Amino acid sequence: MSYLFAHPAQVAILAGTHLALVAGALATALLIALPLGLAIARNERASRLVIGALGALYTIPSLALLALLVEVVGLGPAPIFVALVIYAQFVLVRNVVAGVRGIDPAQRDAAIGMGMSALQRIRRVELPQALPVIVGGVRIAAVAMIALATLGGYVGAGGLGSLIFIGFTLHHNDEIVAGSIAACSLAIAVDLALRLFERFTRSYQQVQGEA
Amino acid sequence: MSGASIMLRNVSARYEDATQLAVNDVNLDVRAGEFITLVGPSGSGKSTLLRTVNRLVPLEQGRIELDGVDIATLDPVVMRRGIGYAIQAVGLFAHMDVAANVAIVPSLLGWDCARIERRVDEMLELVRLDPARYRHRRPSELSGGEAQRVGVARALAAQPRVLLMDEPFGALDAIVRHTLQRELHEIVRSAGTTTLFVTHDVNESLLLADRIAVLRAGKIEQCAPPLEILAHPASDYVHKLFAADETIARLREEARRQ
Repeated sequence: MSYLFAHPAQVAILAGTHLALVAGALATALLIALPLGLAIARNERASRLVIGALGALYTIPSLALLALLVEVVGLGPAPIFVALVIYAQFVLVRNVVAGVRGIDPAQRDAAIGMGMSALQRIRRVELPQALPVIVGGVRIAAVAMIALATLGGYVGAGGLGSLIFIGFTLHHNDEIVAGSIAACSLAIAVDLALRLFERFTRSYQQVQGEA
Repeated sequence: MSGASIMLRNVSARYEDATQLAVNDVNLDVRAGEFITLVGPSGSGKSTLLRTVNRLVPLEQGRIELDGVDIATLDPVVMRRGIGYAIQAVGLFAHMDVAANVAIVPSLLGWDCARIERRVDEMLELVRLDPARYRHRRPSELSGGEAQRVGVARALAAQPRVLLMDEPFGALDAIVRHTLQRELHEIVRSAGTTTLFVTHDVNESLLLADRIAVLRAGKIEQCAPPLEILAHPASDYVHKLFAADETIARLREEARRQ
């Protein structure tokens, strides 16, 4: 623990880099998962195919994927960034699909029949109702990504993983403990924040349209 | 606003990716303001036929005209905003209150807020739901009958020239159903809205229709006013479809005599 108390600013900076890496990867992952999930949600075969494929990607050992990605995109933050985006897809897409599937199909029929365009239907009917489930997926993905991002220490991505990696090579358990505790705290804090946001989306849903 | 005429010429359509045609070479001319019920057992193609008119089901063959304009030449999204649409499952948007649901098509059409608010109150009064009590209710807080009333109000809100209804009172008990039937009848008559109304309830079709189109295996077996259907059924099939109720009527008469 002594490292953590001796160098709080150092750890805080690493935690900041760590969070930025995860936030960037999560945002990118969502930019892919949201349209993909919305597009396939109502197509049974496409959903099964896509989620199956993403599940297969999800089972690739993270170290192996990272090693492979270093070959392709080089060292630094890039390989872990790409790995995070890939791993997040499974949880995110699955939850987008589950969120949309949870909506009564008659609502979709009515929305189209009354003259909503596809974008209007997604924005005004499907997204607002699927949002709590989607945010639930974001929460799970974010926590997993914070843990996974420590692997970035091995490829020179910075973040809390570098602290763990240094401790590992120098046999300094102190750094390992400091990095782990910081990563765990970060995960718990993010989980809590997203939990609150999830609750907000549910209550927002209760009052929407009453204005 | 008065209704539009509807013309169906040699219309064929398939239900999703089924191998058989659900609608097979149907011809139908509906006058402006006319109320047509589409009757037949499930699988006879009545819902699919209805859904070809607002292009929810694509045509395999044939042509549909609204007021003489081929609907294939229209933008389907824009066209649908001029066609009221109500279904048995209602499909009220669960995250919106009653007022927001009724306001959907007017807001898609870009009406100003004051006009929309007024219209919502008018429509709720029309279907006998007190706006003060119902405006801010959620669909989950409505009974089946109330939800179907809101569904009808929503379908009529933007003063459509054509109204398509697919068993809109399907899930209701006989008494509520009868009240709603009478109300709908009044509403569309006074507005002159051309209406296509799918039902498997022959009583409902006799009560509401100017003309009844009897469907069988994707074809129109007979299309005629209710009394003519009863007096001169074109086939044994039509006769039998309406005979079930004659049995009840005959039993009732006998019961009264005793």
